[in-house]
Amino acid sequence: MGYVAVSGGSEAIANAEELLTFYRLKGGASPIEVRQIREQMRLAVDKVMSEGALYAPTIAAIALKQAEGDNIEASFILRAYRATQPRRYYSLPADTGKMRVIRRISAAFQDVPGGQILGPTRDYTQRLVDFSLLEESPETVRAFFDRIGVQTSRSDQLPDSFPKIIDLLRREGLLVEPVDRKETLFDITRESISFPCQRSAKLQSLARGETGVMMALAYSSMRGFGDIHPYLGELRVGTVPLCINHPAKEQPVYIGRVLVTEAEIISEYYEDEQGKPKLTLGYGLCFGHNELKAIAMGVLDRTMQSRSPHKSPAEDEEFVLYHIDGIESSGFSAHWKLPHYVTFQSTLDRLRRTQQLREEATASECNREQRRDPGKTAPGL
Amino acid sequence: MSATVNSAATPARQPRGYNFAFLDENTKREIRRKLLKAVAIPGYQVPFASPELPIARGWGTGGLQITMAIIGPEDVLKVIDQGCDGSVNAVNIRNLLVKTTGVDTTFDTTAASIVQTRHRVPEEPMRADQILVLQVPIPEPLRYVEASEAKTREMHGEMDYSRMWVYLYENIVQYGEISIGARYPSLVNRRYLMDPSPIPRWDVPKLSMSPTLHLFGAGREKRIYAVPPHTLVEPLEFEDFRFRVEEFSGRSCLRCGATDTYMNELFDRVSGQKLYACSDSGYCDKRRAAQERRAD
Repeated sequence: MGYVAVSGGSEAIANAEELLTFYRLKGGASPIEVRQIREQMRLAVDKVMSEGALYAPTIAAIALKQAEGDNIEASFILRAYRATQPRRYYSLPADTGKMRVIRRISAAFQDVPGGQILGPTRDYTQRLVDFSLLEESPETVRAFFDRIGVQTSRSDQLPDSFPKIIDLLRREGLLVEPVDRKETLFDITRESISFPCQRSAKLQSLARGETGVMMALAYSSMRGFGDIHPYLGELRVGTVPLCINHPAKEQPVYIGRVLVTEAEIISEYYEDEQGKPKLTLGYGLCFGHNELKAIAMGVLDRTMQSRSPHKSPAEDEEFVLYHIDGIESSGFSAHWKLPHYVTFQSTLDRLRRTQQLREEATASECNREQRRDPGKTAPGL
Repeated sequence: MSATVNSAATPARQPRGYNFAFLDENTKREIRRKLLKAVAIPGYQVPFASPELPIARGWGTGGLQITMAIIGPEDVLKVIDQGCDGSVNAVNIRNLLVKTTGVDTTFDTTAASIVQTRHRVPEEPMRADQILVLQVPIPEPLRYVEASEAKTREMHGEMDYSRMWVYLYENIVQYGEISIGARYPSLVNRRYLMDPSPIPRWDVPKLSMSPTLHLFGAGREKRIYAVPPHTLVEPLEFEDFRFRVEEFSGRSCLRCGATDTYMNELFDRVSGQKLYACSDSGYCDKRRAAQERRAD
């Protein structure tokens, strides 16, 4: 008898976990320091903080190390950690006009007040493999810093804040003003969303969505499934100050700065509530430096405002919001690895019964045919 | 095998910085409130916050949150997946619960105060002093016919299940039978259509008028619902096309010889021959142990 009862699960699980550590380290290189990940895998850390929905660069870096660089797995670790943290305060609305920018561009105007600040970007690099990185060493790093003549301390050449480009449009009355519905803030970590969805819940869901799926959905709109003709009004990356109301203090209390990416998507115009045609706005904001996500979020925020009676996937808020969370979609996609013996057995039961019914039906039809015309042979089953 | 395993006797390995049963007390309180609502409106899906757990979404986090919200230090826990206590996912969930609560665990359905399960209702009838917690992937039975949550909630509100009936009818026209295997849509308390989770049809009748409280948790979809004790659960059927459970006539379990249990089909590793074994491993082990005792 070859059948073995399923057992020893505990041991197998423990061994599998140890094997992970073994595979991570078996190459023999010295272990990566968490600080190295935090500083030199900057964009990966930012993505994990954004999708894990917790601004904690060091823990995000640990999660990346633990997950061997798997971005979704690391985001999941961070998200699960966040769920255990008490929620003591909500920050006051942050004014991104006060952002200390490291990068800010507009694709809608050639010249803008404050100027186009390219900042750290790969946009205009040629994607050639840089083999010199094979030999990067403390000496080459020092030589680099000597050559560019800056130290790692903050440069104070840029002004502390930049005017917002969409404010220019607003002043001219070209932009639909957001209607202040005085809705209370929805907290997607405290309540499950329902539809039609409150805007604050939408933006929260988008802000912690998975970059890849948001990009795909936004791209589907750009290609033609409900195109909104987006313009990038402004994209800025930088740190914004956050404040809270503290029960023991009369004035708001400053608690620190977070690095965020903000995208303002200007889109085709429609008539506002007074019947005047105006441009519309989609808003994207996420933790860290993640331009694709901020742009995709801005596009999706706008597509979901669609008034079309025939909604494309990117315009259907239920379709977008239920499918952009990387933690949920990865968990469910991976769960098919779990045993499904019982349900599969149930499916087989139905299939066999259906086949049996078909055969019986065909057989009785043949019998009837044969009775009517005994000379004819039965067709193949 | 069926003896209670006293995990409190082993050195406590409660992870530092975590609350009893992992969730903080406020989160537990919210879940308990939602559970009360679910019990008050049998079969109705109650939305809940469903925070992330250190177990992946889709791997039992809904059931796990319910268990975490109701479990106390005196409880005796049984966790099964596909009816089996030793299945890797059941082991993983049991480990997390034991690690964060230190409760005793058992493989014996009758010895447990809480049974958390995926895809099965235990073969042995459960009692009024026990709770069965079912893990749910897709809580919405109308998902077969309607993708939108906004619309299905409306359909439940109006008790408009016509499209589900048409679906079953079309099934019969196309295949001569209702082709739904597991997750069989059932009406609870003559009001709400419910997805009984992917239990086989075999297990659906066990939910009806049972003395046990059944709690259903869908973590990813953020819904909780319940079949309270002594509540009618009726699988949808037509007068001329009755609901039927899976067919195992003429088959018996290769381990315990049972002919009246839900069985998994196996292929012998050597001969490739098709064999059958009980899916409820705890019950199967118990029967075997009794047979051995009789043989001695």
